[in-house]
Amino acid sequence: MSLPQGLLDPAIAARVLDRALAHGGEFAEVFAERRGGMSLAIDESRIESVQAGAEQGAGVRVIAGGTAYFAYVDGLDPADLERAAGEAASALRGERSEPRPLRAVASTPQPIERRPEDVPAERKAELLRELDERGRAQGGEIAQLTASYAEARREVAIANSEGLLSGDDRTRTRIGVQAVARRGERVETGAETLGGARGFELLEDDPAAVAASAATKALTLLDAAAAPAGSMPVVVGGGFGGVLFHEMTGHGLEADHVQKGASVYAGKLGERVAKPLLSAYDDGRLPGEWGSDAIDDEGAPTQKTKVIEDGRLVSYLYDRLRAERDGVASTGNGRRESFRHLPIPRMTNTYIAPGEPTPEEVIGEVEKGFYAASFAGGQVDPATGDFVFGVNEGYLIEGGKVTSPCRGATLIGNCLDALAAIDAVADDFRMKTGMCGKGGQKVPVGTGQGHVRIAAMTVGGTQV
Amino acid sequence: MSELAELAGRAVERTVSAGAGDAEAYVVDAAQREVRAHGGEVESLTAASRRGVGVRAWIGGRVGYGFGTDLSAAGIEAIAARAAAAAAAADEDEFAAVPAGGSPAGVPGLSDPTVAEWPAARIAELALAVERAALAADPRVAGVEQAVYFDSAERVAIASSAGAGGEHESSSCYAYAQALAQGDGGRETGLGFGLARGPAGLEPEAIGREAAVRASEMVGSAKPASRACPVVLDATVAASFVSLLGNALGADAVQRGRSPLAGRLGEAIADEAFVLRDDGLDPEGFATAPLDAEGTPRRRTALVEGGRLQAYLHDAYTARRGGAASTGNAGRSGYRAPPRVAASNLIVSPGEASLEALLGEAGEGVLVNDVAGLHSGVNPVTGVFSVGASGRAIRGGEAAEPLREFTIASDLVSMLQAVRAAGSESRWVPFGGSVSVPPLLIGEMTVAGS
Repeated sequence: MSLPQGLLDPAIAARVLDRALAHGGEFAEVFAERRGGMSLAIDESRIESVQAGAEQGAGVRVIAGGTAYFAYVDGLDPADLERAAGEAASALRGERSEPRPLRAVASTPQPIERRPEDVPAERKAELLRELDERGRAQGGEIAQLTASYAEARREVAIANSEGLLSGDDRTRTRIGVQAVARRGERVETGAETLGGARGFELLEDDPAAVAASAATKALTLLDAAAAPAGSMPVVVGGGFGGVLFHEMTGHGLEADHVQKGASVYAGKLGERVAKPLLSAYDDGRLPGEWGSDAIDDEGAPTQKTKVIEDGRLVSYLYDRLRAERDGVASTGNGRRESFRHLPIPRMTNTYIAPGEPTPEEVIGEVEKGFYAASFAGGQVDPATGDFVFGVNEGYLIEGGKVTSPCRGATLIGNCLDALAAIDAVADDFRMKTGMCGKGGQKVPVGTGQGHVRIAAMTVGGTQV
Repeated sequence: MSELAELAGRAVERTVSAGAGDAEAYVVDAAQREVRAHGGEVESLTAASRRGVGVRAWIGGRVGYGFGTDLSAAGIEAIAARAAAAAAAADEDEFAAVPAGGSPAGVPGLSDPTVAEWPAARIAELALAVERAALAADPRVAGVEQAVYFDSAERVAIASSAGAGGEHESSSCYAYAQALAQGDGGRETGLGFGLARGPAGLEPEAIGREAAVRASEMVGSAKPASRACPVVLDATVAASFVSLLGNALGADAVQRGRSPLAGRLGEAIADEAFVLRDDGLDPEGFATAPLDAEGTPRRRTALVEGGRLQAYLHDAYTARRGGAASTGNAGRSGYRAPPRVAASNLIVSPGEASLEALLGEAGEGVLVNDVAGLHSGVNPVTGVFSVGASGRAIRGGEAAEPLREFTIASDLVSMLQAVRAAGSESRWVPFGGSVSVPPLLIGEMTVAGS
């Protein structure tokens, strides 16, 4: 395909770029977007929070002398776009520069089998009732259940002064369930999600299993003891466990942090940062995955980038601006939340490649440790490398076996130490969905891995 | 009537024509600017105008929401149709009804003319001045990851088929910097920030210096030993916990059994040293407005006094459901989502003690200057938390060596009951809401380090 219909006429794009460079600048770009979506939820077994919206607008960026001048407008009328271009250029006082003629570049959006907007709202409500019933059926101690469904479509078109003209059509669908289990004074929660750069076909194969999983987690935690506190071996579960790598390494590889010296991985290219058993990737092309797109938000094709090869750091993640600064090619990681944001280096789908042993073997070698089956989320300061993760499903490991459940645990550590301490990666590779926040922008990202073992890490529980 | 109010009125009318029994529209028109500075250069300069409308439609007890950015006649028509169709897909809720509104008090001084008066070059200079101040404040500061200035001037109009609504305008701005300090083979970061209604109210020197001090004093930090001990939360950290408490006080979470404070009205949930109110009319508060997000007048509500839970925060829906009056606490993050119960300005009453006196009273313990992982480390239903932290050791009643990479764990109610004193120096903190809070001394908390 070329460009989404009616989004950015090439002749108008050329005029806007011309206007953007009227007072000088090395580079100009217009990013046009039409986005729409709907969501609904079930709570107290009642369908509510039914919402639908549509927005359109454009952002114009001019780069001059290392500064990005950016303006955005709601609306796609040619007059709106030119106004944005004028606003972006208004602080510049230089000589006009000339944009190159536009040449459309084809892209291949993720294929969608069943457009969510063609599925009636009643069917989506019915789906949520199925989730509600299945979740509640897991046990009489399930006191609360909320489930949500969301679909979103983003059509984007990008033109820049180097002659690039490209577009993408992105559809994402996701369901999420949160269950609350209660036994007397004890209250525990469990959550699960399923999402993809896919249409309603994502939900064809037993979506209610997501509700069963959330409810089971909450019920399991009713028997949980307080988590241990202290340093010990930690095994992290597959799938969303990959958020550990996302936080402790992925963010530090984003070239904006690196170039400011605000990453612990700055200056470490080519160096050993992990044991040879570890290789890792960022891949924006994984079919149907939550963090996949045809192109990034600067028009660069997404790609599979090897970031760690047999324990050695081999690449950072680049957008256009930072790639130019380092004299390399963009890795297709220039992403933005919407037309209202500047693109910055972001991860797409980031994962640790699967290893050889089974999860049982990885756990079997731990005499006494902690098993983090899934996380609620995490956070890192890329400059210091300090990170923290909330565990929502954790267990003790005793004598090589997963034993009693624990609640309220947090994992805390430093990136460089923890990455180097990974001494086993299992073969049970899975991807999961996440929403990643950085610089006030949220973008969908995939995280993945098999079970991973860290030789020693601090578990912050309440049992000293 | 202004253009914005007319738009809101028209959206209500079109939604009723589209089949809704009642409707409410919220229209916002905002101008925003942002400057990011690094290394003595302006990294980016953003200027934007944004307009949008969000419409709630009621068909009996069924509610739906539609929103969009196209404010032409056809655009409004489409948004109205979306809202009405969304309502038709929802289930009946006996407590759902269009809010009745009320007469607001006038709140002067919410708009600062300097937002409009300061040109781009002047706010860029402000951001650069923040960076320079951070670099100059301490030789250990090796750089500033980013110095940021942001301002916003917005006008909001609300209209409904029940006659609720009004129009108001406000402005706000903030600046912050993240300083990097180097020493002892390690690197540390520190955040400094300030907020005001307009750029003339910001102090770039103080913001830069705070970032530098926070980063530099962490140089040479190590993990503390795991133990239970007295903990002093500085104002920024206390604000994060108070903002979580604000969520737990929302009647929506309470009524749905998802709050650690459900069913505890009138009970002792805190030490008497901890006094909390929500005040949507405080002239200094950044959430201050004459009306809440669904047209109910803002007001002042005592939440925790004498150690007892005095009230929950209500919007029109939870008030009907709970047989209470709305406390004017419908909040919204923009036109893209319907209003929901949210604190306005949460204010913790200051006590008598300086920070030094709090440290003295703690004796041996930990001063927490920063927490991380609040969105993943707190269970909102139970209030149980375990979050990453950094700060200083307290030895002999004074701040001693810097500490990092540890967690503090407890649950919200236990923490409130363990408050031993509130400090005397309150500060407005914008993280996760608008909170004014002093440092707090907590008698005992679990610290997990090495």
